[in-house]
Amino acid sequence: MTRKQRRLTLIGGALGVLAVSVGLVLFALQDSIVFFNSPTDLLQKQIKAGQRMRIGGLVKEGSVARGDGLAVRFELTDGASTIPVSYQGLLPDLFREGQGVVAEGALDGHGTFRADSVLAKHDETYMPKEVADALKKHGHWKEDYKKKVEAVPPGKTP
Amino acid sequence: MIAELGHYALVLALGLALVQASVPLLGVRRNDSVLMAVAVPTSVAQFVLVTTAFFALIACYVRSDFSLVNVFENSHSAKPLIYKITGVWGNHEGSMLLWVFILSLFGALVGVFGRNLPERLKASVLSVQSWIAVAFDLFILLTSNPFLRIMDAPLEGRDLNPILQDPGLAIHPPLLYLGYVGLSISFSFAIAALIDGRIEAAWARWVRPWTLLAWMFLTAGITMGSYWAYYTLGWGGWWFWDPVENASFMPWLAATALLHSALVMEKRNALKVWTILLAIIAFSLSLMGTFLVRSGVLTSVHAFANDPMRGIFILAILVLFIGGGLSLFAWRAPLLKQGGLFAPVSREGALALNNLLLVAACATVFVGTLYPLALEALTGEKISVGAPFFNATFGPLFVPLLIAVPFGPLLAWKRGDLLGVAQRLTYAAAVAAIAVAVIFAMRRGGPILVPFAIGLAFFVMAGAMTEIAERTALMRVPLAAAFARARGLPLSTWGATLAHFALGITLLGIIGETQWSAESIAEIKPDESIAIRNYSLHFDGMAARQGPNYRELAAHFTVRHRGEIVGVMEPTKRNFPSRGTATTQTALMTRGVSQLYISLAEAKADGSIAVRLYYKPLVLLIWLGPLVMVLAGALSLADRRLRVGAPKPASRRVALVPAE
Repeated sequence: MTRKQRRLTLIGGALGVLAVSVGLVLFALQDSIVFFNSPTDLLQKQIKAGQRMRIGGLVKEGSVARGDGLAVRFELTDGASTIPVSYQGLLPDLFREGQGVVAEGALDGHGTFRADSVLAKHDETYMPKEVADALKKHGHWKEDYKKKVEAVPPGKTP
Repeated sequence: MIAELGHYALVLALGLALVQASVPLLGVRRNDSVLMAVAVPTSVAQFVLVTTAFFALIACYVRSDFSLVNVFENSHSAKPLIYKITGVWGNHEGSMLLWVFILSLFGALVGVFGRNLPERLKASVLSVQSWIAVAFDLFILLTSNPFLRIMDAPLEGRDLNPILQDPGLAIHPPLLYLGYVGLSISFSFAIAALIDGRIEAAWARWVRPWTLLAWMFLTAGITMGSYWAYYTLGWGGWWFWDPVENASFMPWLAATALLHSALVMEKRNALKVWTILLAIIAFSLSLMGTFLVRSGVLTSVHAFANDPMRGIFILAILVLFIGGGLSLFAWRAPLLKQGGLFAPVSREGALALNNLLLVAACATVFVGTLYPLALEALTGEKISVGAPFFNATFGPLFVPLLIAVPFGPLLAWKRGDLLGVAQRLTYAAAVAAIAVAVIFAMRRGGPILVPFAIGLAFFVMAGAMTEIAERTALMRVPLAAAFARARGLPLSTWGATLAHFALGITLLGIIGETQWSAESIAEIKPDESIAIRNYSLHFDGMAARQGPNYRELAAHFTVRHRGEIVGVMEPTKRNFPSRGTATTQTALMTRGVSQLYISLAEAKADGSIAVRLYYKPLVLLIWLGPLVMVLAGALSLADRRLRVGAPKPASRRVALVPAE
């Protein structure tokens, strides 16, 4: 093999792998990403039933109703709009009325969001970031949440 | 007083870091040995000072000195001692101090153990290392100072996030940081080579042990983190392709590639420029990992808004080191003498293929991790890129890599014989085929790919053993002779074989866990049983207990395997009054390399509880594999040929002396 051929093989191999990975990434980005919406987005965007997405908001006070076995229904709100959610399974430790949660699933034909997972993934202030942003957007950012975030005790250098 | 001592020590360390960052480099320019020699004592002194600062902070935590903001926010007087200590790095400020502590440790190690490095290289490396120290010392002192006081000291602290009150916190972050920061040495070597404008094959021999050490810690750290997530999160997952996990996985992929490319550079004087670039990339990814995880950038770009100063500082450090490193590379790399080209079918070629696939896989993880951030910054649209994306991109790139793994070590340097290697892998292929057939016969539904994946795992393991069998001429010479040859093999050969073998072990565990697990979510009352596979768990009742800083509710289960009692499992739910939060403690029962896993979800007023129960076959192999890799790394590291300046065997020296 000449020097030129060797170089071409090396470059060709590199380009080949590059092309394959770009192809894979583009393919996967079309198929396997999930959009995040707030309840208001959900109503405004007129999303089709069956399209997978994540929604986030606060669990409305007094809305949690447990059914047979592990079935549970609750309402998710961002202050402006409210979406009924149904879920079958175990809820995370931090799931509580008035708490922020993120649910992944799809709308059924009757306007109920069927979640197949409910996350209470949070930062140290017990508020999912996406939920906080959604609440801020709709002007329902609770003062006490804000306080928690900004509560840096007065410090001074020694 | 202790806090002030720590603060003062850190400021002094910054001063020394400035000296070390400039004076030795000036010495290199002027060819002045005295100036260059400054680097070693300053690196040791920096280590002493940063250690003082770090232990001062630990002392403040141990004594529950709530007059410090950092201690107040992250500790509690009733917390067990171990969590008081580990709580030091359970928060942003403290973890940065741990980072700098490890950085100074590595700097001092290079200073002390780098006696055989050429004077100029050593001075440059320690100088570059100190640039990093300057940046981080400044970052801590200006934006993330853990030694700040509160005017009126509160009586009690806010406690550490209960999820972090786990032995995992004692092990996982320090190991991970040892890995991240260890890669700074490779980075410093790369930058030093670029500054010097000269690079030789020996460079790879000096860098490889450090990279290997960092890689071992990184491997152990990621493994530990995965196991921690598995038992603490309560739903049996061990890898979520979460941005925080990806942030540690990307440097690992890059470091793995670096280990292999440095081999080509050392042995064949090729891939030199590429190796330098990889060293820069590996540390850049570590830096990103450190900051992305700790600053909360990953959950949202807007997290910066909470503390703009800190955000800007982080960006500045990233731009300075990643951008600066890459610019220096673009400017100086063309000046470096290129290494030779090699035949595609050869050991070098195989290692280059390994690098291509690892880097491509790393790039897809990078895209998947940062694409949501970029999209949100540009369009405001929020998306989540989860496991489906990574399975669809990472998987197809890793499969060819795994198939190629057994071939690589069997190919000869310079010009390999692919057909010959394929013939030598006949036994391994046969083992794989048998595995595929057996799994096919046992199969009850499930994806058709599963038997082949198991076959691949066996191919990788048998292929790794083929190399040892070949080199000891097993089957061809008497067993005793083969054994003698095995003893004569260099440790690094054993290391490589074992690491490749471990890849197969891990794959086996991953397939077993993802494809053959059984899950049962149920609501049960006392004296009822739930069954899973051949096990049945009898719920005996609940008990309430008081821990040091929590109350817990434990559910007692008697476990039977085919009717025989094999033990008890006790998942609990803990309540931490100081933060008003609850955590779930899962119960695990190990059976061989498989595990039973039960976590308590809800306890209701009528005495019934909701539980998640899993049977996870082969699950322990997922973590056992990487631990074997770490062991393999240690074997390689113990190889005297790798140790710089280790005396060469006398025989070779004699052979090299020309007749006079």
